[in-house]
Amino acid sequence: MRELAQGTVQPLAEEVDRDHRFPVEALKAAAEAGLLGVLIPPEYGGAGLDALAFAICIEELAQACASTAVIVDVHTSVGSEPILLFGTEEQKRRWLPRLASGELLGAFALTEPAAGSDAASLQASARRTGAGYVLNGTKVFITNVGHAGLYVVFARTGPDEKAAGVSAFLVPAGTPGLRVGQVFKKMGLNGSPTGELVLEDVAVPQENRLGAEGQGFTVAMRALDSGRIGISGQALGIAQAAVDESRAVLAGRGREQGDDFLLADMATRLETARLLAYHAAWLCGLGRPFTRQASMAKLHCTDTAMQLALDALQLAGEEGTAGGSPFERHVRDAKALQIYEGSNQVQRIVIAREVLR
Amino acid sequence: MDFELTEEQVAIRDTIRELVQDRVAPRAAEIDEKAEYPKDIEKLFAENGILGIPFPEQYGGISGSSVTICMGIEEIAKACATSSLILAVQALGSYPILVAGTEEQKKRLCPPLASGEKVAAYALSETGSGSDAAAMKTRAKRYGNEYVLNGTKQFITSGSVAGTLVVFAQTDAEADHRGISAFVLERETSPWQASKLEHKLGIRGSPTAQLVFEDVKVPAANRLGEEGAGFKLALAVLDRSRPGIGAQALGIAEGAFDYALNYVKDRQQFGQPISTFQGIQFMLADIATQIEAARHLVFRAATKVDAKAPDLTKIAAMAKLFASDMAMKVTTDCVQLLGGYGYISDYPVERMMRDAKITQIYEGTNQIQRVVIARALLR
Repeated sequence: MRELAQGTVQPLAEEVDRDHRFPVEALKAAAEAGLLGVLIPPEYGGAGLDALAFAICIEELAQACASTAVIVDVHTSVGSEPILLFGTEEQKRRWLPRLASGELLGAFALTEPAAGSDAASLQASARRTGAGYVLNGTKVFITNVGHAGLYVVFARTGPDEKAAGVSAFLVPAGTPGLRVGQVFKKMGLNGSPTGELVLEDVAVPQENRLGAEGQGFTVAMRALDSGRIGISGQALGIAQAAVDESRAVLAGRGREQGDDFLLADMATRLETARLLAYHAAWLCGLGRPFTRQASMAKLHCTDTAMQLALDALQLAGEEGTAGGSPFERHVRDAKALQIYEGSNQVQRIVIAREVLR
Repeated sequence: MDFELTEEQVAIRDTIRELVQDRVAPRAAEIDEKAEYPKDIEKLFAENGILGIPFPEQYGGISGSSVTICMGIEEIAKACATSSLILAVQALGSYPILVAGTEEQKKRLCPPLASGEKVAAYALSETGSGSDAAAMKTRAKRYGNEYVLNGTKQFITSGSVAGTLVVFAQTDAEADHRGISAFVLERETSPWQASKLEHKLGIRGSPTAQLVFEDVKVPAANRLGEEGAGFKLALAVLDRSRPGIGAQALGIAEGAFDYALNYVKDRQQFGQPISTFQGIQFMLADIATQIEAARHLVFRAATKVDAKAPDLTKIAAMAKLFASDMAMKVTTDCVQLLGGYGYISDYPVERMMRDAKITQIYEGTNQIQRVVIARALLR
């Protein structure tokens, strides 16, 4: 894993960021190494590893290139895992081997312009027809947009206003009426495309509904629970890179006690973040409840990544702000993590709810 | 202690505010995206007397007060940090002349700057001499009535566009920091080479240049102060300019907060504006309080500079430290308040967050500010 990350992924990181380029070679190498099916059981063509192994894989990737890490993370967790958890045997046989091999890249389409943190208010519609459903709506901030082969799309099937009316669907790229809208220019994670997914009278057969009608919100929330473990891993990778690069900077110049104190705080904070994430992953792997721990891990790991990226850039000084320097890239990349897969405000709501339960 | 601006300062502020709203704000995103020096904004500032703010009237300017300079930088930075540097660096590059120049030097060198015909820059840092200014390698050797400069300066804001450049160089390498002297280079008579640093995190329209001096001749009449007095002057100048960086940080934070505040009042989730949630309200309260505290420290420091107060070094360092740390925190939180929209460049706050970072680094990193403050406390 480390060899792949440092040998193949890391050398591309600067260029991928600068040119806003999808890291095709990195994804190909990851697929060959079996990394795209980490969580998928061997009978469906994957490695069948647990959440902890997954977190460590994403951490290693993110240490090399945060863009590549989020592409693989979204593919593996929210893009594939819902099929593993909620799919019928037939759905699993049909889709998981192709996702595990990397033939199809996964993506997760929940957020809409007016439904971000308040995901249950989504407006995309799924109208029942004889052979299945017709989907309409606009999804936004979709990672892997345009490169994904399969989208897990959430749309409203029932009259219910909120969560109870939402269902999940598997929509392959190339389905008539499914198209990519605006792809955003972002602050960071430039190698990972983020944008709108527009659905105009997209016909989805009955057999592509994932889970029962009205179960979509449960699917989404469960997917995001373990997705948070992946994002924590991504945060740890960026934070570890920040610490390692700070060490290198300080090794090359005279150190003062102020530098040492900062580095000590950085390393300590990283250690607490890593333990929190690994604990959540461990619970998840054992099949125990882990919602609270995953939210705590996501909150603390991503706040840590942001702070450590800023601290490292501060230690590097003005040279670190120049393009091509990993220091400024880490800062731009880290910020996204505090926002996506449940903003850190949403994590606090989840944590408080769990604590008060 | 006076918390009020003078009538004249209010008039200057209102002029700048209007100009910034009409002409600078609409350009800010494009300046960032293209990473090009906004020559049009420089011209706009020249025509409207903004580049004359750092100079007293007798040298062709309109103020010379640090409070007025800070106020101007703050107003511009609310919309565009890159553009605010045009004024900030005009002040930084002129302070050495105003602080150490003879009457003849001030009368000769200041008017073209005050009119905005030229912009100034300040060249102290080198690759091996950032925080440790005394380790500089640039040399100035005297031959009769002129000096010949050789060396390389690094991270010089506006170094490629300036017409007047203050350069610090060793005139006596044996004497350590007591061998540093200051010189004013005018581009027509003492040309230097500049190459621009590409792909920066923030302040992308402000050219940060590496300057190379190969046998550059400077008249002895352009030496500021005595030989060997340069290091002391460099520090005295930074003392005076630091409140300006604090003001820049303050403006960036205010610009981001202004945008985020309107956004949270407008953005509906869970059937209500997100500003109605206490978690968001607490963030707003903290941000506003931090900004208010920074503003007072910045203008307190500027007042000390104008009064030539004995403790101005300490307060100026505190203002720069606190305001820039505040701006980094506040802009990061403002991106957070906009959620996914905060992260994309269709909205201005991600640019403001990228712009904020440099305020913790340049004109003395915040580590250096802490050293300066601690030294003043323990003296």
